[in-house]
Amino acid sequence: MSSLGPDKRAKGETRMASPVAWAESSIVVAGLRMHLMQAGSGPAVLVLHHDVGTPDRLAFYDRLAERFTVLVPHHPGWGKSERPAWARHVRDLAAIYQWLLADRKIGPVSLAGLGFGGWIAAEMASLAPREFAKLVLVAPMGIKPPEGEIMDQAIVSYIAYPQAGFHDQARFRDIYGDVTTDQLEAWDIAREMCFRLAWKPYMYNPALPHLLGGVRAPALIVWGDDDRIVPRSAGEAYVRALGNARMETVRACGHFAEMEQPEELARIISQFLAA
Amino acid sequence: MHLMYFTEQPMAAYDANEGRRYGATALTFSNKNFDPVEGSRLYNEYLEEYILADECGADGIMLNEHHNAPFCMQAKCNVFASILAAVTKKVKIVLLGNPLPLAENPIRLAEELAMIDMISKGRLVSGFVRGGGQEQLATGVNPAFNRERFEEAHDLIVKTWTTPGPFRWEGTHYQHRVVNPWAVPLQKPYPRVWIPGVLSKETIIWAARQRYPYIALNTAIDATKNIWKLYCDSAREVGYEAGPENFGYLIRVHVQDDEERAIRNARQYMWMQGEFTGLAHPVWANPAGYFSPSGRRAFVEFAVGRAKNPRGSPTFEEQIASTMIIAGTPKQVIERLKMLIEETRPGIMGFWGNDGVVPAEDRRNCIRLLCQEVMPAVREHGKKIGLRSPFDVGAPVSIAYSNDLRMPAAAAE
Repeated sequence: MSSLGPDKRAKGETRMASPVAWAESSIVVAGLRMHLMQAGSGPAVLVLHHDVGTPDRLAFYDRLAERFTVLVPHHPGWGKSERPAWARHVRDLAAIYQWLLADRKIGPVSLAGLGFGGWIAAEMASLAPREFAKLVLVAPMGIKPPEGEIMDQAIVSYIAYPQAGFHDQARFRDIYGDVTTDQLEAWDIAREMCFRLAWKPYMYNPALPHLLGGVRAPALIVWGDDDRIVPRSAGEAYVRALGNARMETVRACGHFAEMEQPEELARIISQFLAA
Repeated sequence: MHLMYFTEQPMAAYDANEGRRYGATALTFSNKNFDPVEGSRLYNEYLEEYILADECGADGIMLNEHHNAPFCMQAKCNVFASILAAVTKKVKIVLLGNPLPLAENPIRLAEELAMIDMISKGRLVSGFVRGGGQEQLATGVNPAFNRERFEEAHDLIVKTWTTPGPFRWEGTHYQHRVVNPWAVPLQKPYPRVWIPGVLSKETIIWAARQRYPYIALNTAIDATKNIWKLYCDSAREVGYEAGPENFGYLIRVHVQDDEERAIRNARQYMWMQGEFTGLAHPVWANPAGYFSPSGRRAFVEFAVGRAKNPRGSPTFEEQIASTMIIAGTPKQVIERLKMLIEETRPGIMGFWGNDGVVPAEDRRNCIRLLCQEVMPAVREHGKKIGLRSPFDVGAPVSIAYSNDLRMPAAAAE
């Protein structure tokens, strides 16, 4: 597999028209205009994206939508969702998402959180331990890793940080191509939101491990075997804190498992949610 | 005019090759390259040089601070200000300035500054800055709230200086149960506040609305004129006409008895190359949220190498040609400076006399010539063309203490 040129990129699912019909809507939650993408049918899964935001279409989302009702919002302050100028903690986003789910009257819902989104999902579960059907956390931030540190995007360049989230740089190019200025700007805005919510301590909540023990939902923790952004030790800490949780590993995979190994991640998650 | 001597206090003794090898001379460039024996020598030499500037007749000594970089050894400008308060006699001690957002406790800053003002017998000018992007990273302060913290810390310090305590402060970024420090400034209503800056429009507008003089830090002539225009427009909106007393200008000027030596030493200004804060990664200089949102698009393109540095990176020769650097004999330098002040009309000027590795004797000679020959000539010429400092005209310390404000036309109707 050499590097993928533009001609081969057509193979990359992400740039192709999605086979799944996605409905995009603009909704108001907590006084904020929020962007929500929805597709599929069946049990509901709220997918919470990474600190770097999300492309609108991903093969991973399509795969999930084949079996589930999938909701993919842009976090408040990211992408097309309005910034909550008052928000100071990831828990604020957790509360906003509870509000969103309450408004949409969907339930019972499972949560699938990716990286930073995994932290939001964990906060949601800790705040409402009886609420969720199942919990999937893919390389979640939120707990201080017992060994190693969460990679700090504050001192690396806009492109270097997302690149560090891929095991195979060809996959980065598949998704982001030559990186447009719009994308760079979106990453800067995403980075600013991370600072507003999680500057210090960076990307974790010291209280969280003490609050996860009450969560009733069975939990699956998934980790890429080459995650350079969040150390695997944090995943082991999640398993210990949650009690009813187990861990799976995705091979040849960095932090952004949904972009790097979409089929495999969708398979693991679907299996867990359907069981 | 008010004429000040300035140096960045370079840690000139470190091995510059190490920085080139590492590819950066800021933030993460290891402090193992800092030699405290040399640091001790340099601190003491710089201190002696400030005393010399005082003895030779400078109106002010301008101090600043930075962190994690060899280009500036001052980690806390209040430390040097405290020493100068005691060991100098006449000069104003001009801090440009304390980086307010870095303060977790602005009351402590208010106390320190009040002490400096009293010890110096009222010679403090207390400038405030936002701090560079790297300073936020070096001190762990959230860049996304930089401007909010700057404004709130300012408001808290001014209230601390002007309102008898105790009082309580419940702000957005600062909360204090009991504000009642037993050190208050000697100068009333409070020491003059000057605001230095490079290019943030928001800061220029804020300074104008406060009626605080704005000190343009070595900006090009055209950029400087644009700053004045924005300041003047903003001043008019709040009811006053800005004049030279509202404007300061820092310029790199090195002077020696012979031109060749002056030019050779002036090349050392390039020692602080690359970014304003040395050789650094752009995202360190402008961490997300620090910069004006209006500049976001241009900045991200620059940060990944697709666009030129919005601040430009002119060569030494270009900077000499554009008078961003002035170097020569006193006579040559005076001619250039006369032209420069006619063009830019500041009431306050900082002469950034020495940078990089300039031999100690040359540094002292530069200070003597600057203070004894250049400053008197510039002051004289400034007087002739109507350039007066805030001290000369008795300008109000801030908008709140102004009694000459016009109602804006729209409001009067």
